[in-house]
Amino acid sequence: MGKFRKEGKKEVPQVSTSSLPDIVYMLIFFFMITTTMRDVELKVKTAMPKASEIQKLEHKALVSSIYIGPPRDAKLGTESRIQLDDSFARVNDIADWIQKERDSRSEADRPLLTTALKVHKDTRMGVVTDVKQELRKVGAFRINYTTLKGSALEN
Amino acid sequence: MARKVPEINSSSQADIAFLLLCFFLMTTSMDVDYGITRRLPPPVEQNDEDVKVKERNVMNVMVNKSDRLLVNGRPSDISMLKDLAKDFMTPRPGDETAPEVETKTFDLVGDVLMSKGVISLQNDRGTSYAMYISVQNELARAFNEMKEELALKKFNKHLDQLNEDQTKAINDAVPVRVSEAEPVEYKSN
Repeated sequence: MGKFRKEGKKEVPQVSTSSLPDIVYMLIFFFMITTTMRDVELKVKTAMPKASEIQKLEHKALVSSIYIGPPRDAKLGTESRIQLDDSFARVNDIADWIQKERDSRSEADRPLLTTALKVHKDTRMGVVTDVKQELRKVGAFRINYTTLKGSALEN
Repeated sequence: MARKVPEINSSSQADIAFLLLCFFLMTTSMDVDYGITRRLPPPVEQNDEDVKVKERNVMNVMVNKSDRLLVNGRPSDISMLKDLAKDFMTPRPGDETAPEVETKTFDLVGDVLMSKGVISLQNDRGTSYAMYISVQNELARAFNEMKEELALKKFNKHLDQLNEDQTKAINDAVPVRVSEAEPVEYKSN
């Protein structure tokens, strides 16, 4: 055995780090492609209720969200408010907002547009009903009550 | 004689790349939203006549402003709602108090005995959203269990193992017959 051992070459060769940047770049590209920046700043609290009979909300590009809940800013009271995009809105603003959301999608995608209602669990149904009536008026029939996973009996 | 350009030291390239990586790692949100998907009915026209539905075909579910449940005029509890709904929607031919039944034929599943029952859901403006979602969820659970039973009976498979055509057939054979009443405000006393 000793016959094959070369003299004076006992240290382990250093691991080459020259490919490290390439690996990291690959990771970067992965995250750059999958990333979706949070598009709105939440002005209302949306602690959603739990439900078990739920479906995955697919095609995020075709979903527009309406947030309803008590304002985060305590100075604005505890009454539930509606948030569209980045600002508070009233029920009358929903028709224009839906129109704007439709215009920003391609013709083929418009019928598939879903409105996700992200509503705080303590919200009274009055405001939610008003929103739903408004959505019916403008023909945005596909809605999704966004919830958390869990048993509905615990709400 | 051309001057030799010194090579750029690339040992910090990895660090820069790591910084970028950290940035995208932090900002990325791969959370998926889940929820109950519903289709709203088209708005009611003024001149539309009220569709008459026989009383035996309707199960009235009401939720008042203090989140109390009333099923067909009787106080009830949310934990019982799923079984009540399932019981109501199960076809019982010959029973005069149960909803009417009809037999329909569908592709793949064949003849199915269906109940003509409709669950009518009405809530107050003061009902909490959590309660509303619970009720919607329990009703959906009743229908999903009926779908699961039919899938096991007809295809001998669980609902989530069916292919697209089979799922469609099951969804046609077990329609989710929940109708939300037009909003009215009713007094509580």
